[in-house]
Amino acid sequence: MTTTPVSPPAGNGLREAHVHRSQWTDVWLAFRNHTGAVAGMVVFSIVALAVLAGPWLHDVDPQYLDIRVKNQGPSLAHPMGTDNLGRDMFAQVLAGGRISLAVGVTAMLLSLVVGTVVGVLAGYYHRLDGPLMRTTDLFLALPLLPLLLVIIMLFRDTLRTAFGPETGIFLLIVFVIGITSWMQTARIVRGDVLAIKEREFVTAAHSTGTRERRIITRHVLPNVLSPILVSATLGIANAIITESALSFLGLGFPPDFPTWGRLLFDGVNFMTITPARVIWPGLAISLTVLSVNYIGDGLRDALDPRLRGA
Amino acid sequence: MIRFIIRRLLFAIPTLIAISFIVFALLDLAPNDPTGQLPLTIPPEVRAQIRESLGLGQPFHVRYLKWMEQFFINEPLNVVEQAFGVEIGDSSERLRVRSWATRSPVVDLIVERMPQTLWVVGLSYVVGILIAIPIGIVSAYRQYSWFDQVGTFVSMVGFSVPTFFTGLLAILIFSVMLQWLPSIYDTTHEVTDLASLWMQIKQLVMPVMVLALFNAAQLSRFMRSAMLDNLNLDYVRTARAKGSTERAVLFIHVLRNSMIPVVTLIALGIPTIFSGAIITEQIFRVNGLGQLLIIAIQGADIPLVQTLTFLFAILIVGFNLVADVLYGILDPRIRYQ
Repeated sequence: MTTTPVSPPAGNGLREAHVHRSQWTDVWLAFRNHTGAVAGMVVFSIVALAVLAGPWLHDVDPQYLDIRVKNQGPSLAHPMGTDNLGRDMFAQVLAGGRISLAVGVTAMLLSLVVGTVVGVLAGYYHRLDGPLMRTTDLFLALPLLPLLLVIIMLFRDTLRTAFGPETGIFLLIVFVIGITSWMQTARIVRGDVLAIKEREFVTAAHSTGTRERRIITRHVLPNVLSPILVSATLGIANAIITESALSFLGLGFPPDFPTWGRLLFDGVNFMTITPARVIWPGLAISLTVLSVNYIGDGLRDALDPRLRGA
Repeated sequence: MIRFIIRRLLFAIPTLIAISFIVFALLDLAPNDPTGQLPLTIPPEVRAQIRESLGLGQPFHVRYLKWMEQFFINEPLNVVEQAFGVEIGDSSERLRVRSWATRSPVVDLIVERMPQTLWVVGLSYVVGILIAIPIGIVSAYRQYSWFDQVGTFVSMVGFSVPTFFTGLLAILIFSVMLQWLPSIYDTTHEVTDLASLWMQIKQLVMPVMVLALFNAAQLSRFMRSAMLDNLNLDYVRTARAKGSTERAVLFIHVLRNSMIPVVTLIALGIPTIFSGAIITEQIFRVNGLGQLLIIAIQGADIPLVQTLTFLFAILIVGFNLVADVLYGILDPRIRYQ
């Protein structure tokens, strides 16, 4: 690891070369040099921190109605103004961001797990390759946005009665986004697994009698971690956009449990009176997605040893 | 090549059947009652009759097969009859896929909505390509120049910012604040003279540009990397060495080779013209296919939703095939076994 007693002075390339560095130190060093990725990291951290810690600093109930101060512009009490029912926009954006980010991260994890499992199984076990990849192709041929809308329309009420209005719609949206966005991950992981499976260290593990499951978890998975990490960041961006799009079309989260997309949807009709109702949630979505995409970009460059050497 | 196309076509059939089954089963098995939106005063036995008249009395597989028959045999026959003015068989008795909300054949509704979608979304796709290709070429040719840097940033912003925000922002700026352009697309508007043509252009500008810039953002990056892949190859050096002009090197040698993956990508993106337009049409109130789907979903108009979704699926599968074939035709290095 980097915690060597003699840390080389910066710029001394010769000595630096002798210090043992792990792969992840290299990745971090390359990532740090990617301006866009660092900027994305900073912006995303700020957004995440604001959304997580913000409600303590700005402790206004986002659902508190104060009809006397409706449709106000920005003021000290309401930094982003108020909506047509006098609710504080800033508090709503913060609360909405929690849900948007939670949906993004959870849906990404689900799609990552499905994609990795499918990819590893298809790449490692030859007899599963055909059926699993045909399924992947099938999912890629599905018209996703229409299907998402249809699934939500059909199952919204059932899940709402089963798990309560908030958890029900959260589970439904996370599930449908996760289950329709794993295909790219599966394809990339399969390709990498196919290549790694033929490498000497896997043969060596086989010859020492290592069990299949252990080969997969111990030797194959760590080596396909880079593409998985990159698709994780892209997955968050994709999930946030999809959730906002669904909410924007009125088929996502309900108005009393708003996300950024829902706030945007609710703000459209009041755009001429209070444009801030559209601008702030939209800006929040855009900044988050942009920063996550930049992180993904930097991560991809940093994880690619051919690009890292420079 | 022919054998490859035939094999791919044969392969597309089970895919489409599987998708049609998923779409049908999903909508059919869902806990949802088509008579749920009717007034509560309707007695249960009448309700049961309504369900019967909608064709819901039969078992699942019968309804699925009937829907398949209507979709693959009856409706294409109707289209042929209308197109050529001939009558094939007993056309008035033929079962049609009908919308539950309007009781009119679903195909008629789709034909009604198609021109708007094609105009707005199709045009934006073309404009997007026209913007993206020159930007991609210049960015690659002058790699790491300020143009390339700005282009990289703008395209990153372009595909990170969702169209439902850029669209609203455009409305806010050009319709609300500057009042230059109308915020709603008026489909009944007819072009008769220069003034109405100008009006048509004005109402097209925003929806087309919003979607075009979004498409261009992705495509220009792709064009750039395709150009970069070719620019450093040996044949480019050879072309320069034999004294070709820079223009000839760039446009005859590099561009033509770089266009191979780009053309495939463009073909792959065509289905999104139809399905991806859902959001844009909703923002600018264009009454195209996307809006039809939203209305159908909100009104639980199952036959219409089934048909539209499946139509989108056919487009995706079809253009995947077109992309594969194009790739083989354009690139002689690719040989399909």
